Amino acid sequence: MFNVIDKKMLAAVADLHGIPQGAYNIRKNGQGVERNTTANIDIVTKKDKPGIDIIVKPGTKNESVHIPVILSQGMSDMVYNTFEIGEGSDVLVVAGCGIHNSSSQTAQHDGIHEFFIRRGARMKYVEKHYGEGDGSGQKVLNPKTIIEIEEGGSAELEMIQIEGVDQTVRDTEVRLHKNARLIVTERLLTTSGQNAESNITVELIGEGATAQILSRSVARDDSVQVFHLNMRGYAPCRGHIQCDSIIMDKARVSSIPEITAYHSEAELVHEAAIGRIASEQLMKLMTLGLTEEEAENTILKGFLA
Amino acid sequence: MLQLKNVNLTLEGEQGKKQILKDISLTLEKNKIYVMTGPNGGGKSSIAKIIMGIYQPTDGQILLEGEDISTLGVSERARLGIGYAFQQPPRFKGIKVKDVLELAAGDNAKVNICDLLYDVGLCSQDYLDREIDASFSGGELKRVEIASILARKLKVAVFDEPEAGIDLWSFQKLTETFENLNHMSDTTIVIISHQERILRLAHQVIVVSEGMISEITTPDKFLGEIEKLETDCRCKNNCTFIGGRTDVQCDR
Repeated sequence: MFNVIDKKMLAAVADLHGIPQGAYNIRKNGQGVERNTTANIDIVTKKDKPGIDIIVKPGTKNESVHIPVILSQGMSDMVYNTFEIGEGSDVLVVAGCGIHNSSSQTAQHDGIHEFFIRRGARMKYVEKHYGEGDGSGQKVLNPKTIIEIEEGGSAELEMIQIEGVDQTVRDTEVRLHKNARLIVTERLLTTSGQNAESNITVELIGEGATAQILSRSVARDDSVQVFHLNMRGYAPCRGHIQCDSIIMDKARVSSIPEITAYHSEAELVHEAAIGRIASEQLMKLMTLGLTEEEAENTILKGFLA
Repeated sequence: MLQLKNVNLTLEGEQGKKQILKDISLTLEKNKIYVMTGPNGGGKSSIAKIIMGIYQPTDGQILLEGEDISTLGVSERARLGIGYAFQQPPRFKGIKVKDVLELAAGDNAKVNICDLLYDVGLCSQDYLDREIDASFSGGELKRVEIASILARKLKVAVFDEPEAGIDLWSFQKLTETFENLNHMSDTTIVIISHQERILRLAHQVIVVSEGMISEITTPDKFLGEIEKLETDCRCKNNCTFIGGRTDVQCDR
């Protein structure tokens, strides 16, 4: 079913080295090719548009859903996935998209993921994006993630794009209700002429809601990165955005913060920094016997880990 | 053995060229502790950086066990067995204490990184997985820095003001660490310091001032002179010990 390239991409985007445990749906070149459901997690194909509904029963604990997407030819693929994370459940969702494009046509995947995290439910969401292939065709990924977290629920998002994606616009919108909690970890590496834009809007609607965004990126060569990280507090709540970028070569990075408080007890903090690798850091690692290049790679690897 | 022969260093500064080191010649034997001291800005750290290869000498020679290493870069000298503990070590976002110590240890299989942290007064449970980021205090950073030198099998280890930021309670531990390093290995140890307790560890005290070596002496003699200056001079206006019958030249 899967050839060597497919397997390599599945390993890169979903850490899959075989058929996963638990529920999964693997989509290849615009078609669902493998699916498994469990007693607690159902996956249903949407009738009105391409995509799936993933339904996690209330109280489901320690289960996972893998929904990787792979493209191995020039084409445009668009999906709408809806996740219903039932009350009191605790699950891991692994998404991610790998593109192997050796053609001269653009390979594009646009995914809209909508999550409903019900009362007291916890979800960890891991999304990795990866592109490869020596064709001249562009590799384009535009994910849109919309999350509603009900009272006492929590979401931990890990969004990683490390290699090979030429164009990306990622939109993330999260609404948090009473005592809901959100942690977003974003890692981004762009090289050559790549473009990446990340827009994250977090609305803290309920009392006691907390949100933290930790974004780290490295921009090399002639690549361009733009971050719009936006947090709004409508109630007594706490929010923290930390945005750190390492800039190299002729790259360009914009970090555009926005925090808005609609309530006098909303505490919102934004920290942003852009800078190159400090020469003392390189020097320190070189005094341990690393070459300058090895020192640079060690610093970047650690920063994006 | 490390030798510096007639080393000069001129650096380009904002106000043009400035000669930092003038005709420095030193022979540093293995299994000995040397403490470099002297006024701030006198050139001690520059000598350390010349040894490590961070600065290249304008002229003169540096020999490690007879081999000329004057033109070698930092990485090459590190691989030949020279180590340098920074006066102000950098922080690293995303790099853990464990990562740095493992890099430092390399294939030095004898090293137990938990023991290293213990030697510098840190609890390995609390520190191994911590990132060396802004949450580290100056003192914590210095201890990890010293541990990163102890992890290596070195011919020459240079410590630039290792006591800075170390509290009094840990000071004893620090001096013991240097003593142990001296007992357990043949490493040539060079410590830049102003502290009496560190000076007392020295086989030789090297006084560096105005870019030159003004004196090579013993701890007893050096500390005795300072004590004499303290008691005989009351003006504290840059008076100097000159030796002989009057001993202290006081401008009072």
